[in-house]
Amino acid sequence: MTPATPAAPLAGPAPLIDAHAHFLHAHAGRADWEAVNAARFRAGERIGVTYHVASILGSFGFTSPTYFPSPRDVTAGNDAMRAIAAAHPDRVRMYVTVNPNDTAHAVDEIGRGVAAGAVGIKLAASRRASDPLLDPICEAAARHGLPILHHIWQHRTREWPSQEISDGLDLAELARRHPTVRFILAHIGGGGDYMHTLPAIADVPNILADLSGSGVDRGMLDEAILRLGAERLVWGSDVTMETGLAKLMGFEAIRLTADDAARIRYGNALRIFPPGSFPGIDAPLSRRAPVAG
Amino acid sequence: MIDVNALIGPYPFRYLPHPDPDVLVRVLEREGLRGAWVGHLPSAFYRDPSAGNAQLYTALAPHASTLRPVPTIRPDWPHWERALRAAVDAGAPAVRAYPTLWEMGPHDARMRELVVACGAARLAVLLTVRFEDLRQRHPLDRAGDLTAAAVRDLARAGQGVRLVVTAAGRDMIEEVHWGLTPDERQRVLWDISWIWGPPEDHLAKLFRAIGAERFVYGTQWPLRLTQAPRANLALLPEDVAGATLGDPDRLFV
Repeated sequence: MTPATPAAPLAGPAPLIDAHAHFLHAHAGRADWEAVNAARFRAGERIGVTYHVASILGSFGFTSPTYFPSPRDVTAGNDAMRAIAAAHPDRVRMYVTVNPNDTAHAVDEIGRGVAAGAVGIKLAASRRASDPLLDPICEAAARHGLPILHHIWQHRTREWPSQEISDGLDLAELARRHPTVRFILAHIGGGGDYMHTLPAIADVPNILADLSGSGVDRGMLDEAILRLGAERLVWGSDVTMETGLAKLMGFEAIRLTADDAARIRYGNALRIFPPGSFPGIDAPLSRRAPVAG
Repeated sequence: MIDVNALIGPYPFRYLPHPDPDVLVRVLEREGLRGAWVGHLPSAFYRDPSAGNAQLYTALAPHASTLRPVPTIRPDWPHWERALRAAVDAGAPAVRAYPTLWEMGPHDARMRELVVACGAARLAVLLTVRFEDLRQRHPLDRAGDLTAAAVRDLARAGQGVRLVVTAAGRDMIEEVHWGLTPDERQRVLWDISWIWGPPEDHLAKLFRAIGAERFVYGTQWPLRLTQAPRANLALLPEDVAGATLGDPDRLFV
């Protein structure tokens, strides 16, 4: 019997790196955690995700707050994330999550994460991005050549419960202090006013923005490309993969060039994550050295 | 399939690229949709929506085979019944109402009167939970989201009432659905424009729990990407993939 042909990826056959993914684990307070993880893999295959670059935020609120995880939960979450990455070496890469308020623990955890193969650092909303407490984290990122994915509330106008919010201006301040570190500003579609974020980071070239988030405002993609350029955007899904797919479908509608689409899908991720993080994916043609003759 | 949640016209709080009927027609064609119920976005914010309704009828007239008008009717405005008669005469399948923008609470008798009158005229009432995420709203945009209590109250207003609730999320849908009798539930359809897909799979869970026939296709164009509901349906897990959505044209059958 001939095996069934797998359906073609909905987002096309080109490589696709999800730079903002999460997995759950047994101590996240949810009985359905395995089903949610399985759903991410199922949808990832259907979309055509080549690599999920993912983090676990402590216990996701079960034993300490999602955005203020305790050191014990940070470690447990990172251990669980490492186990998932180890179980799926062909499709999962790991961010090491840290809480900068426990600075020594955070720096140790980064070292432990790097030893376990982490390709980036995840900062939630435990401390405002412009705070000096983040400097040791950034120095560790520079030492190890890791990008930092920073949770952001687009346009900080007041305090909101459950997180110490940072916006584009805050992250810009941090990124200017650490010009050799690459920062990924999280989820421009994830709440708050992205229209404020884009000009806030436009002249800080070591910040890229990820497209994830449940927001699918028309005009968001156009504006992000206009303000930042395709070379400063990375694709991601966060906790709504259907909106991630919708944005990929939207590339065609806004007449994004194939080169720019390739940059957003995977080319920029290849550039900012450590070399060799994504075996099997080559740089987009336009980024390769010209061939003589 | 048709899009029940499309609009034309500008939005007061951010720029929308070309929110025009001819563009909508091309978008529907690209998305493989055979038509749309179309409202007039500025009318949501007009004190008197009459002029906006007139603009809507005029703008859609050249596209009558594809775009059906859904005028806005404000039941606290003098002679709103005339606007309802005009909607019937124009072949509207529904009317739009925005009780939160008009500062009408969840048990406002004027809204109940409107939905009953619309039901008698075999028009649905299209309600909008939100136009934008709460976290990105303009400081002057303070009306807040439509509440589940308001929808329950309207669904209970009469046998002939038909509601199409747009831009709701899973929590609200479940709260309304299980807060109504089986008969009352049949009066409410939900568009899928704001329901989460994988990995949380809210849409799949709702299809399993409530039934896909209680849901209709909606995009909230030109505010949101039309590709979002298409992507959501394409990512449904196998057991609910290909489920048949409700048919908004058969609301009164």
